[in-house]
Formats: sequence, structure tokens, C-alpha cells
Amino acid sequence: MAAPGHAEPTPRTYWLIALFLGVITAIEVAVAYVDALDPVIAPILLTLSAIKFGAVVGWFMHLKFDRKLFRGFFLFGLIGAPLLFLVVLATFHALV
Amino acid sequence: MAEAVVHDVLGDGHGEHGADHHDMTYTRKAAMWVFLGSECMFFGALISTFLLYRSETRDGPTATEIFDIPFTSASSFILLMSSLTMVLAHHAFHRHDMRRARIWILATATLGGLFLAGQIFEFTEFVHEGLKLSTSPFGSSFYVLTGFHGAHVAIGVIMLLGMFVLSLSGKLNHHEGLNVELVGLYWHFVDIVWIVIFTVVYLLQV
Repeated sequence: MAAPGHAEPTPRTYWLIALFLGVITAIEVAVAYVDALDPVIAPILLTLSAIKFGAVVGWFMHLKFDRKLFRGFFLFGLIGAPLLFLVVLATFHALV
Repeated sequence: MAEAVVHDVLGDGHGEHGADHHDMTYTRKAAMWVFLGSECMFFGALISTFLLYRSETRDGPTATEIFDIPFTSASSFILLMSSLTMVLAHHAFHRHDMRRARIWILATATLGGLFLAGQIFEFTEFVHEGLKLSTSPFGSSFYVLTGFHGAHVAIGVIMLLGMFVLSLSGKLNHHEGLNVELVGLYWHFVDIVWIVIFTVVYLLQV
């Protein structure tokens, strides 16, 4: 449920977002098979993945419409995860 | 702080019972978001481990040799669509349309079950092709990461089926909207973790 004062998205919006997610997934798979994009494949795929991630969290999980504190709780973990990755890399001397 | 939150949610003129209810709603939702934040760290650690060991295949097969991207893409699409059915279930529940909510909950559980069946099939194929848990660090980190994700999906399917059964017996009615919302949050989280796994573990390795 959205925070007070915020309108909930309609089922039509949810269907459109699902269609959008399906299209992005198809693009991801297609891009992965294009050899010419090999040098830039990682940033392209990670960007597309981030867009899908944001769409699900923002609309399906209603975080876009929910309280800022909830956003903070989730972002804390979300930012903590890559930081943890850096710590793991540093621990194994794999940063350089 | 709790009083400020209740005031924020209810405004003035609500009874003590209503305030308690909204206070509890807020607390449970906040607890769920804290839990999901901690789950980000959990999967972050597993994904980090996979990235660290992805090229250590020893004598076993490599990712390029065994990954079947079209198959995994179909599985990913199924899980993505389960997020749609989950949010539609929540929406129907919120509008007190129990019949439709039940249908969408069952659809979500079915799609989750299909995803799990696909994962079991994939694991079986990989084992036949020589990638076992103990074959290589790549194999270990891959199975632990995707296995834990699969376990999360399985727990989600059990919760969804539980909700479906409770709704049939009338024990889950529109007053229990928060429970549906919390299960929904958990389910969407499982989906977003797979969005990352699909890109980082599958697409970027082939």
C-alpha cells in the first residue's frame, strides 16, 4: 500500500511495466550475442539490469510511493552489498 | 518516535485501537524492509564470492560451455511475470476482490514452481555435463548462489500456497492485507535478486 497522499498505480500500469521488463530482458539476451559489443557489453548489461531492478523496486514493491524511511532501510543494504564486494576483493588482494 | 509516526499516518481524531493498528502496520513493514536490506548484503556476499571464483574451473566445464542462455532467459521471464501476478494479487486484495486475488496468488505460486522446476532441470543437466558442487570453486560458488536463491523461491511458493489455502478457508480476508503485502515484498525481492544473478552470473560470463 502506498503512503498516505500517494495514488497507487493501476493494473494497466503494472501490465505496461511487465511488458517493459520483458522487452528489456529480450534486449539483454540479444545484446549478449552481439560480438561487436564485447568491449562495452558489461556496462550495457549492468545498465539494463539496473533499469529492470529499479522498475520492480519502484513500482511493483511500491517503494517509489512509500515512506522515505523504508527507502533508506533498503538502500542501506543495497549500497552495503557492493561495499562488501570491495571488502572481499581487498581481503583476497584482488583489487589490483 | 512511534507517536510521531502514528500521528503522521492517522492524523488527528482516530481512536486508540486504530492508532495501535497503524503503529503495528508501520513497524511490520519497516521490519520487512530492514530484513530485505540485510538480504541484499547476504546475496551481495554470495555474488562477490562467485565473481571471485568464476574463472577457477579446474578440470570442470566453464560457464561458456554449459550455460544455456535461451533456457535461462525463459526462466527469467517466468520469474519476472510472477512479479506482475503478485502485484495484481495485492491490488485485487486491496480492492477486496478476493476471487481475483486468489487467482493471481495461485498464478504467482505456479510461475514460481515453474521457475524452480527449470532450475532443477538446469542443475541436473549441469551435473551430467560434469559440473558438481565439488568440481571446482566456480561450481561451488555457482551452486551455492543459485541454490540459495532457489531456496528463497521455494519458501516464497510455500508462503503463497499457504495464503491461497487460508483464503479458501476464509481465514485470509481483506483485513489481512498487510500479510499479503509483506509476502509480496518478499516475492518481488526474490525477483530482483534474480535480475542481478541473470546478468552477472549468466549473461556476462558467456
